[in-house]
Amino acid sequence: MLAVVGTVPEHDFPLLAGNVTLENGNICIQGKRVNIDRGTPALLAAAAKVAEFLGREAPFAYLVGDIGHGDGSKKLYQHLSEHLKQTGFHTMAFHYIQPLVEWHNRIFTTIEKMIPAPVLIADAGYMYMAKMAGRSEAYDLFTPDIGELAFLADEIAPHPFYTRGFILHEQNHVPDLINRIYANGNAPEYLLVKGGKDYVVNREGVQGIVDRPVEESMEAIGGTGDTLTGIVAALSESGINVREAAVVAARTNRLAGSYAHPTPATQVIEIIRYIPEALKACMTEK
Amino acid sequence: MSLLGFLRKGQQEVEQREDADYGFLVFENTGEVIQAENLLKKNGWEIRVMGPPPEIRKGCDLVIEFPLIEELKIIKVLHDAGIPPLLAVPVTDPLLQPVDLFKVKDFGEHLMVQAANMKLTVDKESLVIVNVSGGGCPDVPYLAWQMVGRHLNDAPSPREIGHTLCGYALQFAYEEVKKRCSQS
Repeated sequence: MLAVVGTVPEHDFPLLAGNVTLENGNICIQGKRVNIDRGTPALLAAAAKVAEFLGREAPFAYLVGDIGHGDGSKKLYQHLSEHLKQTGFHTMAFHYIQPLVEWHNRIFTTIEKMIPAPVLIADAGYMYMAKMAGRSEAYDLFTPDIGELAFLADEIAPHPFYTRGFILHEQNHVPDLINRIYANGNAPEYLLVKGGKDYVVNREGVQGIVDRPVEESMEAIGGTGDTLTGIVAALSESGINVREAAVVAARTNRLAGSYAHPTPATQVIEIIRYIPEALKACMTEK
Repeated sequence: MSLLGFLRKGQQEVEQREDADYGFLVFENTGEVIQAENLLKKNGWEIRVMGPPPEIRKGCDLVIEFPLIEELKIIKVLHDAGIPPLLAVPVTDPLLQPVDLFKVKDFGEHLMVQAANMKLTVDKESLVIVNVSGGGCPDVPYLAWQMVGRHLNDAPSPREIGHTLCGYALQFAYEEVKKRCSQS
């Protein structure tokens, strides 16, 4: 089963753990509905679409409300530290959350005891703190955009806000940034770098480049990175290896975007509905 | 709890502390440090007053250690109280500076500005915010929800309702968009 850990932008949203379904354009967990605007709900909606298409079980989510105070995130960390050891997830995707390295390390101690070890995917705030904790190598996949890639390449920046200028300047030289990340010894097994071209890389080098179809507007649309993470997580859960899942996910996300004929004002929900059609095309092509 | 248990607990807490989670606030004088300490504690933040590292010694021999990720909100609270810090820097490397590079993309009808990991896109004609993208802190989806679909001059700024460093980066993008749109 796939587990997704993240937050929703509602202060009073309670901590919920359960399977996620799609209902009338919302995600639904334990009877509560959440809009799919961006963030973890968008990730979950994409993952649920893929799971449904592949005939897999609906993703399981650990969700809590947090609008930046960090109080919800801390409740979620506490819950995970107490309950994860009793679970047996195949793949876990960690997402929007208040990045607190102390808590990351506590959760990680629990995850290390899980047998069999789950495939670990991190994006957004969880990826930031995995890097800052110096534990990136324990993860199977990070899914940064180019700005986040520069942060990962900066061995001393504690957050993308503090990425040093000379590294940010390298945003047009993605392979150089990737080399720097692996040279620093704090990189996951695979990186799926989303941008004008999507790169799938590991320490041996570039394993795949996906650059078609081209929809420049996708960069501006909030949530398109979240859907990519949701797709790759659901593909991984179905048993596809991480490298292949990353390549298929990048193709699927681009194709779904293209089907939506996006502009910079398009909202991600308009893209999510095309994921099954895009995935079908990509699987057939494969 | 026995004394031994107390000491062990204290040791665990020290071991679990991670410098990456914290920043230093530097002030003009000790009086401001004391005022800021009282204000931040009253607002529920876990902070502590300590001596500054050599890199940021600026006259006052005390700094406040604070949760770095909440820099945006904490600075707003201090600013509103009339005691803005001289500096806010990460504990792990006090010489690091916030990003000051912007990436600008003109889509024709829309303009996108990226600051660090955050992107803000507006309709150039109507000045309506059409998308917020990027980031990883939990106030980002909230900020997007509050800002998207609203006119640039009517939308709440990230500084007003944001909390985190991602919100801070979005504030920079927001200011840059406003500057560029007021020039055109």
